[in-house]
Amino acid sequence: MSLSRRDVLIRSLALGCSAAAAPLVTPVALANAPWEGRLVVIILRGALDGLDAIRPHGDADFAALRPTLGGGDDPSGLDLDGFFTLHPGFESLHPLWQAGEFGAVHAVSTPYRDKRSHFDGQDILEAGLPGLGGGGLRDGWLNRMLQLRGGLEPEIAYAIGRERMLVLSGLAETARWSPEADLAVSAQARQLLNIVHHDDPLFRDASADAIEIAASLELEAERAEQTGAMMQADPMMAGVAVNTTHVQLADFAASRLRGDTRIASFSINGWDTHSQQDQGLRRRGGMLSDTILALRAGLGDVWGRTAVLCLTEFGRTAAENGSGGTDHGTGGAMLFAGGALRGGQVLGDWPGLAEADLYDRRDLMPTRDLRAHAAWVMAQMIGLNRDELEQVIFPGLEMGARPGLLL
Amino acid sequence: MPFDPVMAERRFGVGLSPGRAAPGSVAAMLDSLAGPDAMARAWTIPPYERAEPSRATMRARALAVRDAETEADRTAAMEARSRMRMAARELYARNLAVEMARSVDTHDGLRERLARFWADHFTVRALSGGYRHLVSPYIEAAIRPHVTGRFADMLRAVVTSPTFLLYFDQLRSYGPNSPRGLKHGRGLNENLARELLELHTLGVGGAYTQRDVRQLAELLTGLSSSARRGFHFRPGNAEPGAETVLGEAYGGDDPALDDILDAMEGLARHPDTARHLSRKLAVHFIAPDPDPDMVHAMADRYAATGGDLLATVEAMLTHPAAWDDPYRKVKRPVDFIASGLRALAVPPDRIVGAGRRDVHHLLRVPMRVMGQAWQAPVGPDGWPEADSEWITPQGMAGRISWAMRAPERLLEALPDPRDFVHHALGPDPSEAVSFAAGAAQTRTEGVGVVLASAAFNRS
Repeated sequence: MSLSRRDVLIRSLALGCSAAAAPLVTPVALANAPWEGRLVVIILRGALDGLDAIRPHGDADFAALRPTLGGGDDPSGLDLDGFFTLHPGFESLHPLWQAGEFGAVHAVSTPYRDKRSHFDGQDILEAGLPGLGGGGLRDGWLNRMLQLRGGLEPEIAYAIGRERMLVLSGLAETARWSPEADLAVSAQARQLLNIVHHDDPLFRDASADAIEIAASLELEAERAEQTGAMMQADPMMAGVAVNTTHVQLADFAASRLRGDTRIASFSINGWDTHSQQDQGLRRRGGMLSDTILALRAGLGDVWGRTAVLCLTEFGRTAAENGSGGTDHGTGGAMLFAGGALRGGQVLGDWPGLAEADLYDRRDLMPTRDLRAHAAWVMAQMIGLNRDELEQVIFPGLEMGARPGLLL
Repeated sequence: MPFDPVMAERRFGVGLSPGRAAPGSVAAMLDSLAGPDAMARAWTIPPYERAEPSRATMRARALAVRDAETEADRTAAMEARSRMRMAARELYARNLAVEMARSVDTHDGLRERLARFWADHFTVRALSGGYRHLVSPYIEAAIRPHVTGRFADMLRAVVTSPTFLLYFDQLRSYGPNSPRGLKHGRGLNENLARELLELHTLGVGGAYTQRDVRQLAELLTGLSSSARRGFHFRPGNAEPGAETVLGEAYGGDDPALDDILDAMEGLARHPDTARHLSRKLAVHFIAPDPDPDMVHAMADRYAATGGDLLATVEAMLTHPAAWDDPYRKVKRPVDFIASGLRALAVPPDRIVGAGRRDVHHLLRVPMRVMGQAWQAPVGPDGWPEADSEWITPQGMAGRISWAMRAPERLLEALPDPRDFVHHALGPDPSEAVSFAAGAAQTRTEGVGVVLASAAFNRS
């Protein structure tokens, strides 16, 4: 949170401990929202198997590589465009596909190659850099974008959930909160907390910030209620369990994004399907689908100005392994959704699945840097230029031609 | 500053308790540590070898489902597997409850802190949710018995623990010239060797090279485990020939487990290990920049006793800098909650008797919000030490929320906050905390504000 507001808060408390009932802070509304588009970045940790989520059924080599994972005469996939089919776990997104609000880019990856470590792969994905370098990672690409724009309130961007999101970490101040951390204390308790933290700056600042965030959320309670009502009223939410962690993250994100927040990021974990992938992907696919449906319902009109990008650290092996799963690979798929994007299509240059066409003779060959897609989305939504994107936000990236994913 | 019983509990123990007298001297603290582990007997956690469902049971249940020949067999096998999974979840919740109960009940708080310290030093994480219940049993078997013994013995115990080997991918490491390595074209996985040197023994600044990592990795081949047999040594995976690690040659043509255990002894005795472990202990208990003279004294004692951890702790406690004011550390969430339960004198049998749901809502979720998902740190380096990693707005919100809400769900009647401030902070709490405790409108808030205070959260 910004120092200036913290100072105001501390000064207001210093006036005395008797004004128990007055709200301590009035959240400062952003004077001018700097841009209208909303960007949601969902990190799928564990490496989503793009070849199973968006199955290249029309590729002659697919069936042999995936005998038990959709490659046989599997009736469960949903046809997308005659070449690709959708894994049944993502079934509830099919209506969005038909409405042009859900799509995918295939055969993409970050610049990370060969070591196939989750941790390094996620670091590179979130740092947005061509490689890990030696000196440790300072910040994430979304944060560098905020640094470039400058002068923004922390609420412009929310990292949601209990995990640190490197993609939003860095010098630009952003907000971070977990809907699990609902802090409800009376005004008097807040005063008392300030007294018992007064002499320890670490505690004083952290708890002042915590209370400030919680208080601003409380003042926005009406909007949160509205989000709940919108989700309830949406017929597409009929099959969605709303008390799950991921839907609560989406609910929280939607409430913020309908207000002053323009960027939200969180992660959905558990995509590392080395065995029994069919079950695993049904479960995770269902979670991601619910999340996207909840965002859509909770955003209402704002959905039309929203882009949701689902990014993962790398793809998985082209061939299934001996335990009904797949191992760490290279190229994969980026799923996307939102009214601001042109869904209903699978983009990308399809490299083919013949052995000679594979990366390292084992993985789907990446034919484009997935950063290029994120860059083009930001160029359009936030109005950044190519130099900023290729040099600062995604160093070493060549954005190339405008892809067809923007409206 | 000389010995102080309040500091003995708050800095080196799990906090003050209204029902447990603080130790009267360093000698009393050391006597307790040298004596039997009373809490391990009073509140049991099954050691790895006896924990159920074991890996063998889990494998057998899975195979029964796979191999069922009739639909009826299959249904029965699946039901058996479901019951087993439920038992695993119950044990996992109970493990956390028992860890808390020991902290509440103990007269020997330093032992609980040391057990957590060394479990963190040898961090493992369950490979999947289905194995979470085996982390505490790993600690109970490989770590806890050695926290007042020799470091080399702890090191030898962990490198022969299935949980540890699985976590570091050691089962996939083959000597390139071993029979199986040659046959399958497999090679080394350096992961465990690197971490043993970097994290567990010499430390990242220690005097080892990439060549030592490689040689140690070759030496470690053969350490293996399976669901059926548990830990075992597989000579067919082991690289033949001697390996030289830090200038010492180990093994020969016939690979043997003893060579690996000898190497652990060598790593434990290395002077860089003495320095690394001594400093890490001092940083954990006392301050981010501990008195170098105290760290030297500890390392000297460690070296002189062949890595005796009780003697090393004695060197710390008998150094005047151990008792310096003020409190400069922040309790980790697990210690924050444990010390909160202790100050509240929540009956330990009530904690252990709490159902899985209560453990989840009152302990596990709050810890997660505070930033410490129990037994699930991100990397093998365990939980961070820096105050700023813990006292973030979200982490603080988690602490305040727990302080304000959990006590009344744990106790029939809350203590008077004006008494509680002494239970939690001793006879001389700061004026600010005393004032706040007395000024609260409700017991809930009075108790909560004491637990959420900076003073209570520091150690």
